[in-house]
Amino acid sequence: MAEFPERKWTMVVDLDACTGCNACVVACHAENNVPIVTEQETVNGRAMHWMRIERYWEGEWPNLRARYIPTMCQQCGRAPCEAVCPVYATMHSDRENLNIQVYNRCVGTRYCQNNDPYKVRFFNFFDPVFEGPLKEQLNPDVTVRSAGVMEKCTFCVQRIRRAEEKALVESRALQDGEAMPACVQACPAEALVFGDLNDPNSKAAKLVRNNQRKFRLLEELGTEPAVYYLKGGESNVGE
Amino acid sequence: MSESSLDRPLWRRPVPQDEDLAHQVEHERQRHLLLDPRYPWDVDKDVLDPMYRTGRRFWVMFTILGGLLIMWGVTWLYQMNWGLGVTGLDRPVMWALYIVNFVYFIGIGHAGTFISAALRVLKIEWRRPISRAAETLTVFALITAAMFPLVHLGRTWKFYWLLPYPNERQLWPSYHSPLLWDMTAIFTYLSCSILFAYIGLLPDLAMARDHTQGWRHRMYEIMALGWRGTEREWANQETALNIFSYAIIPVMFSVHTIVSWDFAMAIQPGWHSTVFGPYFVIGALFSGVAAVILVLIVIRKTMHLEYFLRAEHFNGMAIFLLLLSFAWAYFYFNDYLVPWYGQEPVEKVIQNLFAHGWAAPLWFLMLFANVVLPWATLWSRKIRTSIPAMFFICIFVQIGMYLERYLIIPVTLGQNELPFSWGVYVPHLPETLITIAAFGLVGFLYVLFSRIFPMIPVWEVYEGQVMQGLRRIGKALVPTKSEPD
Repeated sequence: MAEFPERKWTMVVDLDACTGCNACVVACHAENNVPIVTEQETVNGRAMHWMRIERYWEGEWPNLRARYIPTMCQQCGRAPCEAVCPVYATMHSDRENLNIQVYNRCVGTRYCQNNDPYKVRFFNFFDPVFEGPLKEQLNPDVTVRSAGVMEKCTFCVQRIRRAEEKALVESRALQDGEAMPACVQACPAEALVFGDLNDPNSKAAKLVRNNQRKFRLLEELGTEPAVYYLKGGESNVGE
Repeated sequence: MSESSLDRPLWRRPVPQDEDLAHQVEHERQRHLLLDPRYPWDVDKDVLDPMYRTGRRFWVMFTILGGLLIMWGVTWLYQMNWGLGVTGLDRPVMWALYIVNFVYFIGIGHAGTFISAALRVLKIEWRRPISRAAETLTVFALITAAMFPLVHLGRTWKFYWLLPYPNERQLWPSYHSPLLWDMTAIFTYLSCSILFAYIGLLPDLAMARDHTQGWRHRMYEIMALGWRGTEREWANQETALNIFSYAIIPVMFSVHTIVSWDFAMAIQPGWHSTVFGPYFVIGALFSGVAAVILVLIVIRKTMHLEYFLRAEHFNGMAIFLLLLSFAWAYFYFNDYLVPWYGQEPVEKVIQNLFAHGWAAPLWFLMLFANVVLPWATLWSRKIRTSIPAMFFICIFVQIGMYLERYLIIPVTLGQNELPFSWGVYVPHLPETLITIAAFGLVGFLYVLFSRIFPMIPVWEVYEGQVMQGLRRIGKALVPTKSEPD
């Protein structure tokens, strides 16, 4: 893999900028062919959103504030879900520092979801149904997963690949911002920033470097997540 | 009388010199099977006759249990067709009733071979008539348990990807995963248990061969592997059984330790515990011994084996059960106290859920069935030797241990680090039906097995009777035992 340099893809989520508008969730559904489950299934606790906005309330009424944490796969450096898969359906890509999910290898032991502290893995309880025109807008770059397999956020690996290959064909280095997951592209508040931490000049690397506001979700578990959250002093969310 | 015991045939009753002694001898004979030899042909008949009988009761049981198996098959096909969504699983609770059944049946399967092997190693003589029932329980429970990882898979038809087989993709299963350790341990234990049971079965198969004609004769002829009962064969069998007995005990410990690692290796709060290994081993033995007692009660009643299975056996097993109940309570206390002291937020939520949340009735029923009931009753010999009481207590232990696994798996799994993803699992019809059918499978295998194989190891009982005798020292009668070379 001489032509592809080592990456450390990372996402920075500015909680102070997030308005909880859910645009990232919709973009993710459209980009990644994430099935839209029925209302009843959502009540049953089987909603599927690779990207979700967790809402927590802070303070006592009337001084109540809603806090939002966009939560997606944290692409851990030491992912608990990877070790427990008996068939290598989820595994680590050292070159990209991504946690890869191989849908057609998955047999559905669901051990990864048990061992996932963020609960960002989703099991296909039924075959996916895309009603009416939704079928026409399926993304051809992404597999539609069948019943019985796990799936999760990939940092839009298909977009990363496309950008990298384009740069390779044009014999140039990948520019910061060329590879951009759908959620980042859709965020109107620019609360989501995506980039390569190995590139010191990338926007993400600059945000992470020496930032007093940064923290990582459940960092004490030692999972080394690749997603950084930024927040100001007055909020306790995510702790 | 001791001098003459070598001259007369074993089964002939001695003629005591005085009435007092005769009374004592009769008392000892009633208490101990090994001091109560009978004419071998009668004993063989007692064991073989129920094997030939396929009366109305047999066919009723056969139909009911077979129907349960068909129900299992239909439900499973339905689930495979529509997806696991037909069960009650939801997002935080990805493992539920199927894995509870898996752990439960592995636990049941634990005790059988262990009882047989450990008591053999320790040379505890009363084990002799119960070893067959115990060993078969191991085999049948393990077969049932081994079904559950398959039922539980999202794509059952791809189960062979979990096996290390050479393939064109050059992909092997990942031995980082506790599931693979688990499978390795279970296959080891299952194959050891089958071999152990089969070696013990050989002389009885030869006995059955010599008593039968027709298709049964031909079948036993093949299965007895030409056993003739020569000195050399007995010596070899003894050696093989001893090797297996010693080897299978560490395997037994490894199996349930590894089953516990399926949970303990995960970072789920409530699972991530270092005490899980020994705690699960004890829990498995506890439920397994109770299950063996239940099996003994059932076969004693249905196959009229009152001569073989006596109060002394239930007494011995019940003392074992009580000791295991003490040990289980000790480990459970450990498993509860350490997280309580730590006061981790999520662990606290789980413990509060057990103590006064919606899971409290289950938790208290578990403590009652596993601790209060055995401790309150099993100290009394009268209760230990009472068959209805033992049946009742053992059923409760089964309920208690099933609930323990239920609390550990789906109830604990509902709570995790991020409260946004908490959930409650409620079993739906498909997994409930398959759970009921799993008990049917164990019963079905027993019903079939008991019509083909002797349920009592007759040769072991003979051996014990030959080696044991009563010796009179002064006024006292002392049971004695001779050791074979």
